[in-house]
Amino acid sequence: MHELAVAQALVEQVDAVIDQHQASSATSIRVRIGPLAGVVPELLATAFPLAAAGSRMERAQLEFARAPIRVRCQTCGEETEAAMNRLICGACGDWHTQIVSGDELLLESVELETSPALAPNS
Amino acid sequence: MCDTCGCNLTPGNKHLAFKPVAQGTTAVSVLKGLLQKNDDQAAHNREHFDKRGILAINLMSSPGSGKTALLEATLTALKGEFTCAVIEGDLETENDAERIRAIGVTAHQIVTGTACHLDAHLVHDALHQMSLDGVDILFIENVGNLVCPASFDLGQHLNVTLLSVTEGDDKPAKYPVMFRAADAMLLTKTDLLAVLDDFDPDKAEAHLRNLANPAPVMRLSARKDLGMDVWLTWLREQLGAQRARVAIGQSRRPAIQSDGMKYHSVTA
Repeated sequence: MHELAVAQALVEQVDAVIDQHQASSATSIRVRIGPLAGVVPELLATAFPLAAAGSRMERAQLEFARAPIRVRCQTCGEETEAAMNRLICGACGDWHTQIVSGDELLLESVELETSPALAPNS
Repeated sequence: MCDTCGCNLTPGNKHLAFKPVAQGTTAVSVLKGLLQKNDDQAAHNREHFDKRGILAINLMSSPGSGKTALLEATLTALKGEFTCAVIEGDLETENDAERIRAIGVTAHQIVTGTACHLDAHLVHDALHQMSLDGVDILFIENVGNLVCPASFDLGQHLNVTLLSVTEGDDKPAKYPVMFRAADAMLLTKTDLLAVLDDFDPDKAEAHLRNLANPAPVMRLSARKDLGMDVWLTWLREQLGAQRARVAIGQSRRPAIQSDGMKYHSVTA
């Protein structure tokens, strides 16, 4: 449900990047989403065209980098992969762990069209 | 987070910072939280609270697990001890705010229309429509929903997640994003445990620990006034802790801190 809100936030951020680099448009947008971020990549991909309609990233390709869930154990120090609802240490089974990756919701990179934009028809 | 000093680079993402440049285009590495704008607004809200010494608590749960009933009982019990205020979030109606006002407590209703969660901007607008003078604790009752509210920082200091015993005890395993964000988990409506044979409070707690969450679990019934003392004591402790933080110019974010924020607070 909230993926549209996330898509709108994404469009705003990419828009700022386009301005910042004085580019004409974005051709590719790469987003990194961990399963624990609470955002479903497929739903974000569906919502993105709605949020991007009429913008300078209308034709941009949205790519996802999926982040695996990894935890570091505070008891034994091992770093292991974990399941979304079992964030315990894969080595010793202790639940005193810290997330190393898997909760990201990041705008990773943007590819920009830097050639000067065509002058508007006068 | 900032774009200049590289503090948004973490061990989890630094290998992504450089990318080959495609022909005719420039690749720009951004590495910014997608919800940065919301998070900035949330930080601003938190400054509002800290400046006034207010403790802000975000209540989250599924619809019908007793958030408003808990508030009614809590506000009644704390009357005369602290000044509280409430922000209510619902898709429609002013019903919940009216229930709170009936106890003589300031309440502002946010009607979200179709939005399934509150965000920092909605809360900010609400803050400007209420008087926070003299308020000790602000409760924000989020939209009843175990999914979306977990992803939006509102500027609160603590997340309290309710799980009523009429739901499944495996809810923390089914909704890990939500329960991982809890600074406290309340098992509510425990008076009904006697007639329910399929909810095991110990199992609910075990599922929470599987999410690597050390949050305290409190069992209570707001309607039957069971176990409320532990909750009220916890609230008093948290307000004390908030005042101690404010006195030394510090603040606190809810349980979940993204990678980057963790590194930031170390250097801040």
